Amino acid sequence: MWQIITNNWGSFLTGFWNTILCSIIALIFSLILGVFFALLEVAPTKFGKIVAKVYIAIFRNIPLLVIVMIFYLIVPRYIVKLSGFQAGTIGLTLYTSAFIAETVRAGISSISTGQMEGARSNGMTYTQAMRYVILPQAMKIVIPPLGNQFVNLVKNSSVLAFVAGFDLMYQAQLIAFSTFRTIDTYVVVGLFYLILTLPLSYYMRHLEKKLAQ
Amino acid sequence: MKKAKRFLLIPLLFFLCFALTACGKRNNQNVYQKVKESKHIIWGVRADTRLFGLTNVKTGKIEGFEIDLAHALTKQMLGKDATASFVTTTANTRIPLLKNGNIDAVLATMTITPERAKQVDFSKPYFPAGSSLLVPDNSKIKNVKDLNGETVLAVKGTTAVNDVHKFEPKARVLQYDDYGQAMSALKANQGVALTTDNGLLAGIAQENPGYKLVGGVYNNAPYGIAVNKGQKDMVDHINKALDQLKKNGTYDRLIKKWFAGIPGFSLKGVLK
Repeated sequence: MWQIITNNWGSFLTGFWNTILCSIIALIFSLILGVFFALLEVAPTKFGKIVAKVYIAIFRNIPLLVIVMIFYLIVPRYIVKLSGFQAGTIGLTLYTSAFIAETVRAGISSISTGQMEGARSNGMTYTQAMRYVILPQAMKIVIPPLGNQFVNLVKNSSVLAFVAGFDLMYQAQLIAFSTFRTIDTYVVVGLFYLILTLPLSYYMRHLEKKLAQ
Repeated sequence: MKKAKRFLLIPLLFFLCFALTACGKRNNQNVYQKVKESKHIIWGVRADTRLFGLTNVKTGKIEGFEIDLAHALTKQMLGKDATASFVTTTANTRIPLLKNGNIDAVLATMTITPERAKQVDFSKPYFPAGSSLLVPDNSKIKNVKDLNGETVLAVKGTTAVNDVHKFEPKARVLQYDDYGQAMSALKANQGVALTTDNGLLAGIAQENPGYKLVGGVYNNAPYGIAVNKGQKDMVDHINKALDQLKKNGTYDRLIKKWFAGIPGFSLKGVLK
């Protein structure tokens, strides 16, 4: 197993770097998009509600692989050229954002309506009430399930292997095919993913404790 | 009663094991003598490769260049009344089936390699296979040298990466899980060309109008007919029959029948 690592160190490192890069980009943008669509869904405007519902329904109910394939195979033909890495990251962002939107919406709904009414009757606008009263409380509730989504996101980034995105899983498949040491290779890849996901899990737990105080 | 049946079943299974291994042991005999007496050759062929051997959904029969060649070889070797039958093989099963005597010879897109030659005996090449390129009709790519700095598409687990880099080290290679995906990626302009064996590319080109083969074969890896190790008689007779088929024009006719309509497929390299 050690041999697999030393012989293919460069490939593993490239893959690891691309996986980190894809995960960080997707994490930031899916969080922004997710919160945006969650707010749109609970907003009092009917139009916003419909837009958010359609968006979430589409991207939550199609397999990630299909979304990525659409961005990799169909979009470049008609709209704009996307590399495997770009298509994979965009697909992953949209897919995860739909789940995050639902999670955040659940958090917001769990805050009793009295909070909003109280804030509004004290002269706050809707935006202010959301920003200073509802969201801070909702975020506290949402942190644990959000941590789940983030860990899933890192693991789902392996979808890049299907569109030649040069991530960890792509490199692993090439190494496994060329050396025929499939088990060793995937064990090493599993360890690499642990390096990413374990600290992320611990950080989310830390955040949860910190916010609970 | 049920238990009694089970007790009967176990010795029966043992018996079958021995009986079947006994079948396998027959491979020590001379295969050529056997097929000459029975006037019947069992060929291992592919049933999933377009143009070479593909099951026709309507008739249920396997059709392709290799099937026709097998029929022609059988008649040439054993006389007009000889018959051929076919067993479907895959890359993983063809050598074991040959070793245990279930098939007499393998005619299944099998590239002649030194490693395989340790386990089986190969005839002379019957098809000049090798890596080639598939591009859109309006492509500027003419041969493998034009791939300098370009992106090429291939399938994981094939030797395409090494082949391409041997001839054009500056080409970038993207690899996919299967030919369907790689072809879709080519259609989406993710790369300028798809590379693999010319025979496979010919099948893909036949199914996808607007795409053609270019540059001929840049890395030779011809197909050979395989028989079990040590069956020198069989190899000699296959080689002789193959030469005769090439001389009397049957071989050329079969190649033309299957590969004439493929855009960019170089018949010149095949017909000799």
